[in-house]
Amino acid sequence: MTPVLQARGLVKRYGHVTALDGADFDLMPGEVLAVIGDNGAGKTSLIKALTGALQPDQGEILLDGKPVRFRDPLEARRHGIETVYQDLAVAASLDIATNMFLGREVRKRGPLGTVFRMLDKKRMREESARHMEDLKIGLRSLTQPVESLSGGQRQGVAVARAVAWASNVVVMDEPTAALGVKESGQVLDMIRRVRDRGTPVVLISHNMPHVFEIADRIHVQRLGRRVAQLKPADHNMAEVVAIMTGAMTVTDGKAVVADKGAAEAIGLS
Amino acid sequence: MAVMQATLPRRILTTPTAGPLAALVLACVFFAFKSDQFLTGGNFSLIIQQVMVVGTLAIGQTLIILTAGIDLSNGAIMAFGGIVMTKLAVENGLPPLLAIAAGLAVCAFFGLANGLLVMKINLPPFIVTLGMLNVVFALTHIYSQDQTVTNLPPEMTFLGQTFRVGGTNVTYGSLLTILLFLLFAYLLGYTAWGRHVYALGNSPEVARLTGIRTGRLIVGVYALAGLVYGLAALLLVSRTGVGDPQAGQTDNLDSITAVVLGGTSLFGGRGTVLGTLIGALIVGVFRNGLQLMGVPSIYQTLITGILVILAVTVDQLSRRRTR
Repeated sequence: MTPVLQARGLVKRYGHVTALDGADFDLMPGEVLAVIGDNGAGKTSLIKALTGALQPDQGEILLDGKPVRFRDPLEARRHGIETVYQDLAVAASLDIATNMFLGREVRKRGPLGTVFRMLDKKRMREESARHMEDLKIGLRSLTQPVESLSGGQRQGVAVARAVAWASNVVVMDEPTAALGVKESGQVLDMIRRVRDRGTPVVLISHNMPHVFEIADRIHVQRLGRRVAQLKPADHNMAEVVAIMTGAMTVTDGKAVVADKGAAEAIGLS
Repeated sequence: MAVMQATLPRRILTTPTAGPLAALVLACVFFAFKSDQFLTGGNFSLIIQQVMVVGTLAIGQTLIILTAGIDLSNGAIMAFGGIVMTKLAVENGLPPLLAIAAGLAVCAFFGLANGLLVMKINLPPFIVTLGMLNVVFALTHIYSQDQTVTNLPPEMTFLGQTFRVGGTNVTYGSLLTILLFLLFAYLLGYTAWGRHVYALGNSPEVARLTGIRTGRLIVGVYALAGLVYGLAALLLVSRTGVGDPQAGQTDNLDSITAVVLGGTSLFGGRGTVLGTLIGALIVGVFRNGLQLMGVPSIYQTLITGILVILAVTVDQLSRRRTR
C-alpha cells in the first residue's frame, strides 16, 4: 500500500540548532497516526514541513507517491492537506458558516456573483449544516458568532472546516489541549468519524491516554528523527513514554531498555 | 439534529447596532417633545448635511477600525485633498473634473502610504497616522500658503445643490453620503472581501492561516479609506464653497466618535458601517436638538464626550460577557 503522505530524510537547521535531522514520516490510507515526542523533538517542525509552513533544507515529501514541494500553507491546502491549529482556528466574531468558508467563499451564480461579487450565504449555510451534521456536531444556529460557542464546539467548527476541504489528509495540532474532559471526548469522536469516512488523520498530542484511545499507529519523534513506529496494542503507555524520552529503544518491534537508570527512574524493568 | 435559524428577538439582542439605534430613536423622541421645529423634513435634511462630511470620513475610519487599526490623519488628508482639487482648478486652470480626480488620487495616495507603513514596517497604526496627520497638515499649509481658495467652478459645488423630495430640500451630497454608506454596508456584509476584513480584525494570524492575503488586504483597506476621505473632501468643498486649509481639524476625532457610538469595537473585527451612520446621526441629532433648545454649544461637546465613554464601556462589558 502506498502511503498517502510520506517524507524521507527531512533536515531543517536554524543556525546551530537542528530541528529536523533526517526525519522520515509515513501516513497510511485511512489511519489515525499520532505523532508524539518530547518538547524539542521536532514534532512541530515536522508537521510544519508537511503542511507547507516551513521549507526543509533537505529531504523530500511525497503525496500519493509523487514528490511535492509546498512553498506555503496555501499550497499544501490546494493539495488537499488541511491543518487544524490548536488555538488559531476560527475568527471569533464571524458566524459558523462564514468560518467554514473563510478564504473560500462561494459567490452567487450569474451577474450578482460575477459583477457584484455577492456571496451565496444560503448555499454556504446549507453546506455548512451538512458538514456539521456529518460529524454530529450539534449547534443551535449557524448564524451565531463562534465566540458564543463553547471551546469544544469551536474546535468542532475548526475540525469540520478542515474535514470539509481535506481531500487527502487532516492534520490536527493538539486539538484537545485547551479542552475539558467531555469536550475532548467529543473531539476524539469526531476524529474517529473523520477516519471512518476514509480521510487519514495526523494527530499531534501530548496526551497519552488520548493517543492510546484513538491512534492506529504512533510515530515517535526524538532528537529530530523518527525513532519508532508503534501500534498502541503492542506497548503500554510507560514503554511508549520511555521510547519517547530515550530510556528504551525499539529493536525488531520489541522495546529494549537503552538507558537503565532512566528506565528505572520511570518505573520500568 | 436540527439546525435552526436564530429567532428574531435573539437576533435583535445580538445585533450590535440595536443599542445605537435605540439611543438615536430615544434622542429623536426627546427632542421632538422639547422643540416643535425638530421633527420636520427641513430639519432632518439639515442634520444630514451637517453630518455628511464627518459621516463619510467615518466610513473610512470604520474600515480601518474593523482591522483593529485607527486613523488619526483622516481630517488632515481630507483638508489637503480639498486644497489640491480647488487650487488645481482655480489657480492652475485644470478642468474641474480632472482637478477633483487629482484630489481623490492624492487622498488615496496618503491612505496607501499609511497602509504600506502599517503593513511593511509593521508599525502601530496609531503612530503611523499620528505622524501622517502632522505631515499632511503641514503640507496643506505649505501648499496653500494659508490662503483660502475661492471662486470655485460650479462642478465643485454641485453636490451642495438641492433637489426636492416631498417638500423637503435635499442636497446631492447627502444623497451621495447615503449611497456610500449603502455601498460599504454591502461590501462589508455581502462580499468575501468584507468577511476577510472582519477576519483580519479578529486575528491576523487566523486570517493568514485560512489563506487570506492579509498584507494586500490591509494596504487595500487603508488606500480605499483614503479614497473615501477624498470624497469627503469633495463634499466639504461643495458644502462650504471654498478650499479651506483650516478645515477638518476636529473632524478626525468626530469620525472616531461616530464609529464608536455606532457600536464598532475599537479592538477590531466587530461592527458595521450602518452602525457608524447611526453613530454620526446620534452626534448630529444631539448637536441640532440641543441647539434648538438653546443649550450653549460647549454642552453639546460635553454630552458627546459622555456618550463616547458610555459607548466604549458598553463595548468592553459586552466583550467580557462573551469571552
